[in-house]
Amino acid sequence: MMDYDSLLSRKVKSIAPSGIRRFFDLLEDRPDAISLGVGEPDFVTPWHIRDAGVYSLEKGFTKYTSNAGLLELRRQISNYLFRRFNLYYDPKKQMIVTVGGSEAIDLGVRALVDPGDEVIIPIPSFVCYGPIVTLAGGTPVYVETKAENEFRLTAEDLRAAITPRTKLLVLPFPNNPTGAIMEQKDIEAVAEVLRGTDIMVLSDEIYAELSYGDKHVSIASIPDMYERTILVNGFSKSYAMTGWRMGYVCGPAVIIKQMLKIHQYAIMSAPTTSQYAAIEAVRDGDRDIEMMKNDYNYRRRYILEELEKLGLHCFEAKGAFYVFPSIQSTGLTSEEFCERLIMEQNVAVIPGNAFGSCGEGFVRMCYATSLKELKEAFRRMKICIDSL
Amino acid sequence: MTEMLKLLEKDARYTPAELAAMLGKSEEAVRKDIAACEENNILLGYGAVIDWERTDEEMVTALIEVKIAPQRGDGYDRIAERIYQYEEVESVFLMSGAFDLTVILTERSLKEISTFVYAKLAPIEGVTGTATHFIMKKYKYNNRIFSPVIEQEERPLYI
Ligand SMILES: Cc1ncc(COP(=O)(O)O)c(C=O)c1O
Repeated sequence: MMDYDSLLSRKVKSIAPSGIRRFFDLLEDRPDAISLGVGEPDFVTPWHIRDAGVYSLEKGFTKYTSNAGLLELRRQISNYLFRRFNLYYDPKKQMIVTVGGSEAIDLGVRALVDPGDEVIIPIPSFVCYGPIVTLAGGTPVYVETKAENEFRLTAEDLRAAITPRTKLLVLPFPNNPTGAIMEQKDIEAVAEVLRGTDIMVLSDEIYAELSYGDKHVSIASIPDMYERTILVNGFSKSYAMTGWRMGYVCGPAVIIKQMLKIHQYAIMSAPTTSQYAAIEAVRDGDRDIEMMKNDYNYRRRYILEELEKLGLHCFEAKGAFYVFPSIQSTGLTSEEFCERLIMEQNVAVIPGNAFGSCGEGFVRMCYATSLKELKEAFRRMKICIDSL
Repeated sequence: MTEMLKLLEKDARYTPAELAAMLGKSEEAVRKDIAACEENNILLGYGAVIDWERTDEEMVTALIEVKIAPQRGDGYDRIAERIYQYEEVESVFLMSGAFDLTVILTERSLKEISTFVYAKLAPIEGVTGTATHFIMKKYKYNNRIFSPVIEQEERPLYI
């Protein structure tokens, strides 16, 4: 018998499985369940984008692309970032097309982090940052964001977390799971803390297009921040392209060059068909983004109002497609609440503590779900809450 | 207001309360807007989209191109009116190009359509020609796709 347990990497074993997992397992064998759980658009990728992918297959474009991705795609991304966010990145030296934002995050962390380095991660947040830092040998340092600050990262909390070993700050806004955004003034306050340090920033702006108030501000556009920012973005959320696995990372040329080595050895190049579809998306998809964002916004307003009616307090989330209401008024823990909701009423939402311990007392609901389903979900939620 | 109309065009069954929540307005304001739109013939009605193929109801739909000689004073409108007054006529549009009116008509059989064309439509004064096309299959109508959507397989996925 092989003793697998002693063979497996200790680092890998030390990583906890995603806390979301248990709730998706509960979902199986429940065909009537309504899921506000999975964080992905309910839209199908717009047809002209799918068609561009199909067309590339018809043409026989089935080989690897260059490691960094099709140059035409990088040029279009560069143009897009300039047009939408006033950022300039050289398509030849400052950009890699990746397998989703996920790979971009992995590359950024692995290119920078050595054992002993600390990486500051605001929580609640997307579940991948901590484990990726751990795999790179670094130490995640979690900073709790708070409901009373609408889950924004404050300058004071950031300052308190910085030590001489701090290498990197992850800046995950607009935020999954809270729906929090950082406005210009908030970003400037964070920038002020970083100015004069040599701390790098990994800015995960995958939800940049889904900001329902003022336009999203990238930290890279703030003076002195460009040179320390690694920008992560992608096609999954804004163009409803999760399954295509398309993302990109931009940053200082010297850093991108090192990241390209990892990408080249671990991935080779991002999927070719997806890259052709992505060219079409980024060149001609501004209207699609606008249309979908508009629709999410209707649902966002609807869900916020319904939550208020249920007595589940929630700040006005202005980003991504999540709300993060407090369920403390029910007297249940997050997990108890989610478990009852799914067992009794077949509605899946995710306990807030899956995104960091400070998410206890909250749940994440994704409103990238049809209004019809949202309506039914709230009808059922009301029955569940009334029966408590 | 246009936002509200676009939502209603997508789904006429949204209630004023739901529209209000989605638009960030009060229910009262939405009710007022709806009433004003109805009053001013902006909101003309609320219909369902039905795939009759899936029922046992026999139906044939035809699209008829109509050429007309416009009349002094009334232009095309009077002739169009004489056509659209028939209850069985679903839609009438004035067109640019090789013919003048598109008339869409649903009946129970091909025979009834033919009868409509030769007995009612063609004899109207000013109608100078017709060409009838039968609709064989509906793929999409009023933004609704008629074939069932194929769902992607269930996936254990943890994000
Ligand atoms: C904050 C955040 N970043 C990155 C990702 C990864 O997305 P992808 O790899 O599909 O681009 C997600 C997906 O849920 C996310 O929520």
